[in-house]
Amino acid sequence: MSVVVHEPGAVSDPLPVRSRGGFIWRTIRHRPSAAIGALLLGLIILCALLAPWIAPYGLHEQVGPPFGPPSRAHPLGLDDGGIDMVTLLMWGLRISLIVGFAATLVSMLIGGTVGLVAGYFGGKTDGILMRITDYFLVIPDVPLMIVVAAIWGPSLFHIIIVIGILLWTGTARVIRAQVKSVRERVYVKRARALGAGHGRIILRHVLPQVAPLLIANTVLTIAVAVFDETALAFLGLGDPSRISLGKVIENAFQRAAISSGAWWAIVPPGVLVALLILSCSLIGQSLEDALNPRLRVAHLSARTFRLRPLVGRDKAAV
Amino acid sequence: MLFRLAPGSAVSNLSRVPHATPETRAALKEQFGLDKSRGEQYVIYLKQLAHGNLGISFANSQPVRENLRTAILNTLPMVALGTLFAIIFGTLTGVIAAWRRGTALESGTVTSALAFYSMPTHWLGLMLVILFTGILPTGGMSDEFLIDPSWWTHFKDVLSHMILPSLTLGLVLFGEYTLIVRSAMLETLGEDYILTARAKGLRPWAIVRKHALRNALLPIATLVALSLGYIVAGAILVETVFSWPGVGRAVYDAVLARDYPMLQGAFLFLTVSVVFFNLLADLLYFKLDPRITE
Repeated sequence: MSVVVHEPGAVSDPLPVRSRGGFIWRTIRHRPSAAIGALLLGLIILCALLAPWIAPYGLHEQVGPPFGPPSRAHPLGLDDGGIDMVTLLMWGLRISLIVGFAATLVSMLIGGTVGLVAGYFGGKTDGILMRITDYFLVIPDVPLMIVVAAIWGPSLFHIIIVIGILLWTGTARVIRAQVKSVRERVYVKRARALGAGHGRIILRHVLPQVAPLLIANTVLTIAVAVFDETALAFLGLGDPSRISLGKVIENAFQRAAISSGAWWAIVPPGVLVALLILSCSLIGQSLEDALNPRLRVAHLSARTFRLRPLVGRDKAAV
Repeated sequence: MLFRLAPGSAVSNLSRVPHATPETRAALKEQFGLDKSRGEQYVIYLKQLAHGNLGISFANSQPVRENLRTAILNTLPMVALGTLFAIIFGTLTGVIAAWRRGTALESGTVTSALAFYSMPTHWLGLMLVILFTGILPTGGMSDEFLIDPSWWTHFKDVLSHMILPSLTLGLVLFGEYTLIVRSAMLETLGEDYILTARAKGLRPWAIVRKHALRNALLPIATLVALSLGYIVAGAILVETVFSWPGVGRAVYDAVLARDYPMLQGAFLFLTVSVVFFNLLADLLYFKLDPRITE
């Protein structure tokens, strides 16, 4: 055996990092649905970021009669307070995105940690952590969110925390399953034999391997978080001082936009939420599909079968 | 599940009634057993639960069990109708999407399923309200102005009120189920036995039905059963939009009224329903997969 001793992590370091970034980029380039999703999400985020500069009117500026119909100056009409809908939507998007991202971050931190620790250590730790996860999993989350939001009082921070601590279970389970298989791979065992500590193995060797899955999960969680925020706001449990997209829908519903015939106050915010969720689902779904090699071959799909009668162009996939 | 028992501000809220004297407060507290410690309350609750007693609602002084039973009986048919719709159409489109993979038909189905899946439930409900105002009733569960209706008229009336909420729920679930079924089918279609079946010269439809769907049913059944447990909980949004007096509405009202016994009861029911549907999925396995014989 050679005497060359090198840092256990040093050799494998650059590789996973590169492949991780490359994986997402590749998926977005090769899958049209992912590309559409990314484009859509990028546009939405840009709109939200630039709201203070490109919003045509002030957020609290009454520019016309309540429920003023769409016109050239106000392409989407006015809301019940005579505020321009386009302006309102841009600012609402900001809050919705903040809630979505922040809540996802909370749930990823919890879910990722639980999944990594449970999957890596196994045994009793795994048992206890998974029981806790099961416990959270059977709690119907929307009612619990309502209860917690109602008891803590409506504030943006509370809503983020509530959504965050209820969404992590799925992530924890998916990550745990993946970690369990990664843990048994040879290079992890080698790293352990070289004397790497648990912390180092988890962070340097296991985490990069599960990272794509974690990212796919994150994107899907953002969609759920945005939806949950909209639901909470609709039930009147949103932060009353912050206008999110859910709040815009709720306001329009409460102020009888429907019976006033003001469809423009209620259709666009919903469409926007749907687009936001759609873009996240498209990206997340494509990433997950790309991670699952079993989906690559379908022996009976109409087109693939006609084009290639036997297995597949991509022999490596089988 | 019963951690919710710590009542927090239950009493303070009860006694927020104007002109409540300290005596009334004390009397109220005693009546509802709130003068005891939380530990004691918890033990009492568990004891009563074992006898099937869920307590008395703070809000309307009716037994929680009665309140809950009415709510559940109102929710179930609406949810069942929506779910049935979603399962039938979701499976159908999911199978077709997987079978015709890579064609315009698939992208069409997947796009529409994703679109429905992305829409906020309550917003979809509101859209249906806008579309169907004047054609179908958009709120409540029955026409209150019907005087002494016959059984049949009443049935028709409730059914017409049920269509929109059920459709809302059904469409959202339809999107979800289509995606689930599609990916499950795609996985099975990649198996080698499908290739074998194809090589034997079986007709595609026979392969889909007998070989692929049969095997894909396992993950589908799990996911659908899992989602069923949450539907009742998720129906809360639909019930708010359409003022449907069901379980979701009951939870919402109970939160606003700080009606803790009612909340506990509703949560118990929701949790039990989740666990029950999980059990159902496990039992379904035996039926669906003859290989499992434990």
